[in-house]
Amino acid sequence: MSKQTPLHRAHIDAGARMVDFAGWEMPVNYGSQIEEHHAVRRQAGMFDVSHMLALDLRGADAKKFLRTLLANDVAKLATPGKALYACMLNPAGGVVDDLIVYHFAEDRFRLVVNAGTADKDLAWIQERIDRDAADVDLAPRRDLAMIAVQGPQARQRCWQAIAGSQAASDGLAPFHATEFDDLLIARTGYTGEDGFELALPSARAPGLWRALMQAGVVPCGLGARDTLRLEAGMNLYGQDMDEDTSPLDAGLGWTIDFKDEGRHFVGREPLENNGARRRMLGLVLEDKGVLRAHMKVTTEHGEGLTTSGSFSPTLQKAIAFARLPLAVAPGEQVQVDIRGRPAEARTVKLPFVRKGQCLV
Amino acid sequence: MSTVPADLKYTKSHEWIRTEADGTLTIGITDHAQEALGDIVFLELPEAGRSVTAGEAVAVIESVKAASDIYAPLDGEIVDSNAAAVDAPETINTDAYANWLFKLRPADGAAVEALLDSTAYEAEIAKA
Repeated sequence: MSKQTPLHRAHIDAGARMVDFAGWEMPVNYGSQIEEHHAVRRQAGMFDVSHMLALDLRGADAKKFLRTLLANDVAKLATPGKALYACMLNPAGGVVDDLIVYHFAEDRFRLVVNAGTADKDLAWIQERIDRDAADVDLAPRRDLAMIAVQGPQARQRCWQAIAGSQAASDGLAPFHATEFDDLLIARTGYTGEDGFELALPSARAPGLWRALMQAGVVPCGLGARDTLRLEAGMNLYGQDMDEDTSPLDAGLGWTIDFKDEGRHFVGREPLENNGARRRMLGLVLEDKGVLRAHMKVTTEHGEGLTTSGSFSPTLQKAIAFARLPLAVAPGEQVQVDIRGRPAEARTVKLPFVRKGQCLV
Repeated sequence: MSTVPADLKYTKSHEWIRTEADGTLTIGITDHAQEALGDIVFLELPEAGRSVTAGEAVAVIESVKAASDIYAPLDGEIVDSNAAAVDAPETINTDAYANWLFKLRPADGAAVEALLDSTAYEAEIAKA
């Protein structure tokens, strides 16, 4: 039996096509995922992301603990409300999960983790708290619903839908969050567009969803979420990286902070010893067809593999992420095996699209 | 609720088949299939003159979500494919019965009678 979010009824009422995703019954689209994609690039769309799990960490050791748990350094989070994208690694340097960490106070943080890894993450973090005998209380927040409102007009429409929210959040810089009543407003997202991610008590979620719809925000499903994040060059856990993948091979080197030599975060040693062995680049297909995950890529420097791929509604071409030999540079011609048919593609630097603009 | 016109024949793999006056078969995918596939973005259709056998994968439909094979419903020869649909694959989402994929001259014209009728196909998709 799949789990349902507090917005389940709202999805059915809006005509959603529901699918199982990581044990949750979630909307994949409400008609056309391409139209939903364009709504986010051009105006504003919203996603129910209540299947993801917020984990609150409180206690005197919270900061110290997170500095070893995460490969990015929460010491960078100097101001309350600042957020950071980080990977949680295993001792071999593989990725346990990728997440956003919010800093509320020196002794109070929140992690937002993937739905498919939530139970594993919870156990993993609690085990490390116990082993370190850290003064940290870990509280999963299944009482919260989360809605991501994304697009060039997303913030404006949130302000329209939530009385009084503009004064509280119009000065909010990207990757910062603020509390407003029982709402957490964060200027974050997974689409390459501006917008807010809102966390609130579950009982209030259907009302907020309705108010956002009335303000002209288009409900969007997991289908559009995937093509948007792909265009934005953002990794999907379980597809572009997993426990057997080094973040350095998956385009996540920018999230690994080696600066403080005394910070012995989990997985640091193997990353320092091995360095990057593969390079992640984007592919734009020049022949006909659609790129998908797990397609073989032939380059002048050896073979690689696509990890994610789809049709890009913004570029009107097929695009993919590919894990390639280190020597491959952006702008090279490569061949992709599309179900036995060789097709020409070009390597590009990620992202493909940012803030509505095509960059490749 | 997807539509299933009564005057067509169907396969379990969600193709529809219409017998034309000259005995050739016009083949497309059902409304149920287009809805399940989601936004269609690319078609690969067979060339005229190709001999095919029933159940053989002869075309590919790519939606944003996934690639799906389309099968020949009967033995025969491909006589035409729909270039207009290749240029505008999204028209299949708009009307799956107006936008056909290919035409087939069946080796045995009577064999079409053995395909599913609309009632049997409706029962088939109700099971899923």
